[in-house]
Amino acid sequence: MIPLSWYLILAAALFCVGLYGVLARRNAVALLMSLELMLNAVNINLVAFWRFQAPASTGGLMFTVVVLAVAAAEAAVGLALILSIYRQRQTVVAEDVDQMKG
Amino acid sequence: MTPDNVVWLIPLPPLIAFFIIVLFTNRNKALSHWVAIGLMGVSWLLSWGVFFRALGTAGFGAQVLQAAVAWLPFGAPSVAGTGPLSMGVLVDPLTAAMLFFVPLICLLIFVYSVGYGNFGRPVDPHDLPGQPPHRGVEPLYSRFFAFLSLFAFAMLLLVVADNLLLMFVGWEIMGLCSYLLIGFWYSRDYSDPRQITPRQAAVKAFIVTRVGDMLMLLGIAYLYAQTGTLSFRQIMYADGGAMLAKLASTPSSIVGLSAAGLIGLLLFGGTVGKSAQFPLHVWLPDAMEGPTPVSAMIHAATMVSAGVYAMLRMFPLLSAGWVSGGPLTPPMMAMAVVGTFTALFAATIAVAQNDIKKVLAYSTISQLGFMLAALGTGAYVAAAFHLVTHAFFKALLFLGSGSVIHGMEHGEQHAPSAAAHGLDPQNMLNMGGLRRRMPLTFWTFVAGGLALAGFPFITAGFWSKDEILADTWAHAPVIFVVLALAAFLTAFYTMRQISLTFLGQPRTAAAEHASENTWTMTLPLAALGFFAVAAGWAGIPEDFLGLNLAGAARFQAMVGKALLSPPEALPFNVVPLLTSLVVALGGLLAGWWVYRRFAAGETDPLALALGPVYGWLKNKYYFDELYDWAFVRPVRWLAEVVVSQWIDRGLIDGALHGIGRLGVAIGDALREYIDVPVVTGAGDRLGSGVKDVGRSARTLQTGKVQEYLLMALAMVIVAGIVLFLPILMSR
Amino acid sequence: MTAPQIAFLVAAVGTLGSALLVVTVRNLFHAALWLVVTLFGVAVVFALLEADFLVVAQVALYIGAIAILIIFAVMLTQNIMQTAAAQANRQWVLSAVVAVVFFLGLWLILRQLPGFSQLPAGSVPSDSLPRLGQAMVAPDQFVLPFEVASVLLVAAMVGSILVARDK
Repeated sequence: MIPLSWYLILAAALFCVGLYGVLARRNAVALLMSLELMLNAVNINLVAFWRFQAPASTGGLMFTVVVLAVAAAEAAVGLALILSIYRQRQTVVAEDVDQMKG
Repeated sequence: MTPDNVVWLIPLPPLIAFFIIVLFTNRNKALSHWVAIGLMGVSWLLSWGVFFRALGTAGFGAQVLQAAVAWLPFGAPSVAGTGPLSMGVLVDPLTAAMLFFVPLICLLIFVYSVGYGNFGRPVDPHDLPGQPPHRGVEPLYSRFFAFLSLFAFAMLLLVVADNLLLMFVGWEIMGLCSYLLIGFWYSRDYSDPRQITPRQAAVKAFIVTRVGDMLMLLGIAYLYAQTGTLSFRQIMYADGGAMLAKLASTPSSIVGLSAAGLIGLLLFGGTVGKSAQFPLHVWLPDAMEGPTPVSAMIHAATMVSAGVYAMLRMFPLLSAGWVSGGPLTPPMMAMAVVGTFTALFAATIAVAQNDIKKVLAYSTISQLGFMLAALGTGAYVAAAFHLVTHAFFKALLFLGSGSVIHGMEHGEQHAPSAAAHGLDPQNMLNMGGLRRRMPLTFWTFVAGGLALAGFPFITAGFWSKDEILADTWAHAPVIFVVLALAAFLTAFYTMRQISLTFLGQPRTAAAEHASENTWTMTLPLAALGFFAVAAGWAGIPEDFLGLNLAGAARFQAMVGKALLSPPEALPFNVVPLLTSLVVALGGLLAGWWVYRRFAAGETDPLALALGPVYGWLKNKYYFDELYDWAFVRPVRWLAEVVVSQWIDRGLIDGALHGIGRLGVAIGDALREYIDVPVVTGAGDRLGSGVKDVGRSARTLQTGKVQEYLLMALAMVIVAGIVLFLPILMSR
Repeated sequence: MTAPQIAFLVAAVGTLGSALLVVTVRNLFHAALWLVVTLFGVAVVFALLEADFLVVAQVALYIGAIAILIIFAVMLTQNIMQTAAAQANRQWVLSAVVAVVFFLGLWLILRQLPGFSQLPAGSVPSDSLPRLGQAMVAPDQFVLPFEVASVLLVAAMVGSILVARDK
């Protein structure tokens, strides 16, 4: 059978790949995509622990569903923002949005 | 009011006059001179009252008038018979003799000063205060009388004092008055820088007499230390002179001198200064810068006589251990040597002087030398006698010279041509023929001059000088010879003076137009003239010329009793008499012969005769120059360079400046190294540091979200390492 | 190597591979498509974990909604990025390092877990789905998070409309 460690490693790896994408991608939409990867890694983690620790309860699943909903909401709002910025500044490069520069 | 208490009142009226004039009547000239003359007259009447009372008292001498009060609370309890230091008055025969002539001469000079100060003439705007007046009244008229009164007080105080300290007080006040009066015309300056101004002369007089006064004070202190008292009667007369014997046998700190000897020498030092003996004679000729009444009073009749008076007063102390015919004590030896030397020394200078007052100044020095020489050989009475007669005829001569000078100034103002102005009215070479223009002055001056020269029988000076010569012939023949020579020179220069001034023809326009002065000036001359002739008759020796003149020698009789053992009269000897006749008449004749027809522009025959020696005489043997080189210059160098520059400005100011600079340096250092870098720097650097930190921290704020995220994650990693590393390692 | 293990490995490799592609390809549309693949891979992993509801939810929601949304966004913002500009910003090296270190750190820490290598414990009950439904609305279970999540979605909807609408 598949030990927990495999799932955890997979989740960790997926998370770090998403992390790299968040940090390194120029395009804001690509950034959001990488963010979805990270959230998915979290989901994998949650479900893995639910399965291995308390498969009879519904808490793990519930948590995951909520994370899913939040991810959806956040993706919607984030893309709306990107669209708004795109309309205003004609750019979707995350670096170019540096008005908060000190 | 007993006679003892009247004596207290004798010095006081002039003192009161001084205060009244200074405080109240300074602006009113007439009132000032009336106050001065009036109160001086009171003093004179009281003095003569005391004098005649003393004359009338039998046995006066053993008995005296005295009264005293306790003055300073310390005496020397260890010395028996002495109590707290007292001050009081004493009239013994010597004092009585002084009281006869001192107030009289002072009063006559006060009267003379009224005329001398041109009283009655209006104030002339050209006459500046501090300058001698030419046409108007003396601008500082009242001040003159104030100072004269103060001086009279001091002299009378000295005369009636019963102890050395009070006498010294009078001595010093007289020194002060001498300074004030010599420098009376304080703003007078001369174009020739070598001619001494009145200011400088006043300082010179004060400083030179100070040397003598210092020695005298040492003597007084030593005497007090030895005896615990300063009262004359206690030291010299109590217990038949027991204290004197003790002093004469106590050795002093100088080997070979007894205490009495050392004290006597120190006290004599004071006289050398005050009576202008060699080597402290240099101040008296320059003191002639003062007005002539001052010269007459202070520097002829009274103050310089005070020196001789002090020696007369202290004679028992000075001669402690001496018996007549025996060897002289050290103070007496000093007096004899100095006096004799000075008598001849000053006489030689006097023959070469052309200023009418300077001749008289050197004459005074010489005559004082006569008195001290006499006293030094033990001739107490002769010295006192000459003191009295000299006061009269020297005052007369000075007042006469003042009259001559005034007359010359009148002549200068009335002379028609402008060439008469600007010449020195005191220079005898500018005079001549004044006997016709100023007869009263002439005859009184002749009376005084003959007295000075010792014209036989009818002048006072003859009798007193003859007495001195007789005494020295008997006791010290060497001194006799020197004094005889000095007497010859005295007669010579006196006649020279009379001839140049009054005889012959007027040599300048000023002399031609000279005129006689007012009665206030000529009356005192006449009065003094009387005494110059008559005063000597009180001292004719009893066995003069072998005649038995009973009742003569009154002076000797009275004054002789001032000593514990009155000196016995000397038997008459014809040698001194002949000598004095020869020198007096010979000198007078020589002087008349050489100078009777001295014309204007001629060289002095003496100059031709003596050649280069004349230059030495005229320049007073260059003693002023010697003192200047030896004393004045080094002291001035010391004061100006060493003390003023090096010590005062260099050391003291330098130390102070150094402290100041040190303070400033410390302040600067503190500011530079502590205040600015630390305090200000900390504050400033705090601000700029924060700014710099902010500026560098700013670079972190790129505004880019991904970079923020990266930074955050880097920190998370670091935190994770810090938190989890121990756990990881332990596994 | 059992069948589930092989299945897992394949799914894992696929997921990770496509995830790597998502973060590296230049063409954004391709990245979105690779994202879809990755999401599928995750669904497979869910299936292996016997969370059947989540499989469906993942596919339906993530792929069907979110990924589509992302594709829409890509299309709408395509003009600028059409030219092949660089896809990674200046700090990609450092980001890579951080990501790697993060992974290593996570691995090291996860190794500590007591139950790291455990095998599945019980079994999933057969009525897990109705039980999940019940849990969502039961007042003593998870109704609050459920409702709040709904509100959140409503808020997100309203917010994104507001933000993105044309003025």
